[in-house]
Amino acid sequence: MITKFQGKRISSLLGILPETVSNFDDEADNYAFPVRQTMRLKKIMGYHQHRLAKETSTVSDFAVFGLQYMLNNHWITREEIGAVVVVTLCPDHFVPHISNIVQAECDFNTDVICMDIAQGCCGFLLGMMQSFMLLDHLGDKKVVLINGDVLSHKVSKRDRNDFPLIGDAASITIIENSTDAGPVYFEMHMDGKRGNALIIPAGGFRMPSTEQTAVMTDQGDGNYRSLDNMHMDGSEVFNFVQTEVPPMLQSAFEREGKSVEDFDYFFFHQPNRFMLQKLAEKAHLPKEKLPMNLVENYGNSSGASIPITAILNAREDLISRNNRCCLSAFGSGLAWGAVFIDVGNLEHCELISSAL
Amino acid sequence: MKTDILNMLYELRPEFDFSSSDDFVMDGLLDSFDIISLCSMLEEKFGVTVDGLDIVPENFASVAAIEALMKKSKQHS
Repeated sequence: MITKFQGKRISSLLGILPETVSNFDDEADNYAFPVRQTMRLKKIMGYHQHRLAKETSTVSDFAVFGLQYMLNNHWITREEIGAVVVVTLCPDHFVPHISNIVQAECDFNTDVICMDIAQGCCGFLLGMMQSFMLLDHLGDKKVVLINGDVLSHKVSKRDRNDFPLIGDAASITIIENSTDAGPVYFEMHMDGKRGNALIIPAGGFRMPSTEQTAVMTDQGDGNYRSLDNMHMDGSEVFNFVQTEVPPMLQSAFEREGKSVEDFDYFFFHQPNRFMLQKLAEKAHLPKEKLPMNLVENYGNSSGASIPITAILNAREDLISRNNRCCLSAFGSGLAWGAVFIDVGNLEHCELISSAL
Repeated sequence: MKTDILNMLYELRPEFDFSSSDDFVMDGLLDSFDIISLCSMLEEKFGVTVDGLDIVPENFASVAAIEALMKKSKQHS
C-alpha cells in the first residue's frame, strides 16, 4: 500500500518505561555460551542494559499510567479524545480489549472508539495509518495512539539470541487534524509467507499453552526456550531487512522526489545496532541522522521503538522546531514500511519511568 | 589472509577444529551470532565494509569462502 494522508499531525509524544534495569553483564552467565563469546556481542549488537516490566505488569497498566500522566498534566482532556487505538502483541486478555480496559480505567466517554491492533515492530506505522483514517471522521477530536509491549514475559531468559535485545515500554502519541500540516507519505508491505521468522508458537487457539508447551529445551544451538516463548530467526529477519528495506526507501525517495539530504532525522525501528548499521550502509543513510542507541539504553521496545527513539535523541528539536522525518519499521508479519512526515513544534514530549 | 582468517576463527571458537570441517555453518562450528561477530572482526582487520546482503551462511562456510568475500568486499569498499 502506498498512499498519502493530508492534514494530520502528531501534537504530543510520551514514552513510558519500567524502572527495572537489567544489565547484559549480569545476564551473561544465564546463557550456555562461553562468557567471552557472549561479551563480544555487547559492542557489536549494542547490548548494554534493557528495561523489564514486572511479571504482574501489563500493557494496559503502562497505558493507563501514561494517560493519567497526560490528563493530570493537562496534555489533553477527556472530552478531546475521539478514539483510543492500541497496537500490541501482548493483550491483557483475549477479551476484553486493552483499549476498552483503558477506556474504563480512564473514564472515557462511551462515544470514544476503542480499537486494538495486533502488530509488533511496525506497530507505530500501522497505528498511525489507522489513526489518520479515523481522524477523517472525528472532526476536532483527537486520537490517542498507544504502542506497548511487555515481551520480556514471553522470551526465555536462557535464550541469548532473543533476551538481551528485548525491552518493555509503551508510548502514547496524540494525533489530530490540522489544516497547517503537510502531506504524509505512507508505504507499507506485508508478507505472511515469511511470518514464522518471528513467532510465539503456543498460547493461542492453534496451540493452547500446556505443561508440555512450557518445557524448556535446548534448541540445538545452545539456546533454551519453550513453545510458549517468542523466537526470532535472526538470520531470516536480518536478510529480510537487508533485502526489502533499502530498495523500498530508494523507490520512495524517487517517487517523492526526495534525497537523503531532505530529511533531518531517520527514526527507525531498533532491532539491534549491527542490523541498523548494515541497513544504513546499504541504503546510504547518514549515521548521524539515524539514531541506533535504543537497544543499548532501554532494549528493543517493539512498536514503541520509533517514538521512544525520537524522544530519547531529539526531544529538544521535536519541541522547538519542525523536523522532516523519515520513519521506517520492519519485523513481525513479516511487515515493512516507511513514512515521510514532518514532526515538530510538539506541545509535549517526554520520557517517563514507572514502577510497573 | 588465510592465516589471519583462521586466527580469527580460533579466537572466536577455540573449542573447534576448523581444519576438519567442509562447512563451518552446516557442521555447527559457527552460528548466526558467530557470523556477525566474525563479520565485525573481518571488517576491522581488513578495513572493508561487508554488504549486508553478503552476510549469508554460504559466505562463511570455509576459509576460501571468507577469503572470497573479503576480496569482493574490498573491491566494493
